[in-house]
Amino acid sequence: MKILVCISKAPDTTAKIAFTNNNTEFDTNGVQFIVNPYDEWYALVRGLELKEQHSGSVTVLNVGTAENDPIIRKALAIGADEAVRIDVNPTDALQAAKEIATYAKTQGFDLLLLGKETIDYNGSQIGAMVAELMDLPYVSLATKLDMNETTATVSRDIQGGTEVVELSTPAVISAAKGMAEARIPNMRGIMAARTKPLNVVAASGASASTTISSYELPPAKGECHYIDADNVGELIELLHNEAKVI
Amino acid sequence: MSILIYANTANGKIHKSALEAVAYGSKIATDMGTNATAIVVGACDDTDTLGEYGATKVLHANDAKFNSFDPSVYTKAVTAAVEAEGADVIIFSHDFTGKAIAPRVAARLDAGLVSGAVDYPKLDSGFTVRKAVFSGKAFANITINTDKKVVSLLPNSVDKAPVGGSATVETFSPEVGAASVTVKEIIKESTDLPLTEAEKVVSAGRGLKGPENWGMVEDLAKALGAATACSRPVSDMDWRPHHEHVGQTGVAIRPNLYIAIGISGAIQHLAGVNQSKTIVVINNDAEAPFFKSANYGIVGDAFEVVPKLLEAAKAFNAANN
Ligand SMILES: Cc1cc2nc3c(=O)[nH]c(=O)nc-3n(C[C@H](O)[C@H](O)[C@H](O)COP(=O)(O)OP(=O)(O)OC[C@H]3O[C@@H](n4cnc5c(N)ncnc54)[C@H](O)[C@@H]3O)c2cc1C
Ligand SMILES: Nc1ncnc2c1ncn2[C@@H]1O[C@H](COP(=O)(O)O)[C@@H](O)[C@H]1O
Repeated sequence: MKILVCISKAPDTTAKIAFTNNNTEFDTNGVQFIVNPYDEWYALVRGLELKEQHSGSVTVLNVGTAENDPIIRKALAIGADEAVRIDVNPTDALQAAKEIATYAKTQGFDLLLLGKETIDYNGSQIGAMVAELMDLPYVSLATKLDMNETTATVSRDIQGGTEVVELSTPAVISAAKGMAEARIPNMRGIMAARTKPLNVVAASGASASTTISSYELPPAKGECHYIDADNVGELIELLHNEAKVI
Repeated sequence: MSILIYANTANGKIHKSALEAVAYGSKIATDMGTNATAIVVGACDDTDTLGEYGATKVLHANDAKFNSFDPSVYTKAVTAAVEAEGADVIIFSHDFTGKAIAPRVAARLDAGLVSGAVDYPKLDSGFTVRKAVFSGKAFANITINTDKKVVSLLPNSVDKAPVGGSATVETFSPEVGAASVTVKEIIKESTDLPLTEAEKVVSAGRGLKGPENWGMVEDLAKALGAATACSRPVSDMDWRPHHEHVGQTGVAIRPNLYIAIGISGAIQHLAGVNQSKTIVVINNDAEAPFFKSANYGIVGDAFEVVPKLLEAAKAFNAANN
């Protein structure tokens, strides 16, 4: 079973969010970057588990520049067999999806796994776009995934419950919480990652269809209005008369 | 040129988030001097309500092949409608269905997509849409540069009052090809609204000590007509179901009222809830970071404060109903 896991780079969850250049660029000063949690914790680990069950290989793919190599090595340390980096810094989801699809089309993967969304741009777009561009079946926000030779059985979140679906491979699946338990790389994995192949391939030249004009920080919250613990009725009154939410 | 809105259904009825999407799309149609058409895919017996929210036409693709949800089949139905209507702007709700098909539609049309929009597009210089980024810690204004434009709207973002029009409903029979995904089973977890669409949410954290103490949280939620949520450690320890986990790695919500009980207010938790319109924090530690993001705060022991709050809410309900 040949599995592709798409990984992206994201700012650490505690990173301070600030902008430069007249609020048109994310200020990366002092920001620590990590593998996007959905990609690492769920998509990658489930990919590795499926390989352990069925044999085969797990390739991780990132569309990005050499700055991303440390997070790609992290994925190799967790257990991926090899990595591919498509050498361009994508500026929107459609551009990244086109690069992923153009590369993956010729590689004969049985399964393409992605995260549910990146925690920086929160797009939740690329998985479905790749599926459409490759004309493959797609399941979004999957919480459970099992495979046999030619079919995948997947549970996905829907309004008020879970839907269990079956589809034939090759297929594209985006992973949400529940699909696997995060793994921490061990010393052996970290050592092995240094010598695993990280192949850099040229981009196909796809262009972006959107541009970010500007960023804004949310308006500061006013002072907290404290209510005495012995007089909680006042809170109900304020929620009704002042905040007008009940 | 026209605006096409994908109107989602649930159990054969138009879903609440679809009314908001139609209201949003028809406002854009008015601003651009054109009409709003809605497309409904699958069985639905109240398609005419969409007229009240501003759609002038409804295309209803109601064939047995749409009975189960296959993103690729639904995508083809929507793009066929885009072609039939000559639509330039296509609107979805950013919910489970929208997340599965809006990007496919965008890829098929080679169109730019803004997902999770929180406001109407600005049309003065191009087509620029605002959305939350960095898990609610900031906003980005994103300009779509392609002729066709796709936008998915974050639920609970714009006003959705009926405008009192009416729509003509037409049967729509697009060519969509064979299904590639077979639905085996649907497991219902609750009949309630999904958390992302709840207008009020009562949430609790590790401060509640154990799952046996959630009775008062559920009672308070019930009295306020709210949904329940929790912090990540609470769902990790299986005190509460996983779909209640809110935050950066859980569900992101923006209700009108968010009440946080015994939650410290870690940055990853705030990331999923800080767009709520009114935040109430109940914590026995006056130094808990959550108070910095709160509109209202009560410093006190949850086991004393919540039962009193429940009584007050019940008294309020009795006086107002
Ligand atoms: C990568 C990453 C992603 C994460 N994603 C999320 C996420 O999506 N969502 C999330 O919630 N967390 C997330 N976390 C975890 C987050 O950092 C915090 O650890 C978590 O939110 C803490 O949960 P809590 O507030 O319930 O518990 P605690 O931090 O233990 O806080 C409990 C609070 O209860 C108060 N308390 C105790 N007893 C009482 C009482 N009797 N009455 C009133 N108050 C009381 C305490 O003063 C304290 O403030 C993430 C962490 C990481 C590293
Ligand atoms: N630059 C990238 N390279 C490879 N995969 C990516 C990249 N960006 C995003 N992805 C994948 O696409 C998923 C969804 O991203 P998004 O649509 O941007 O929210 C992520 O969880 C990753 O699995």
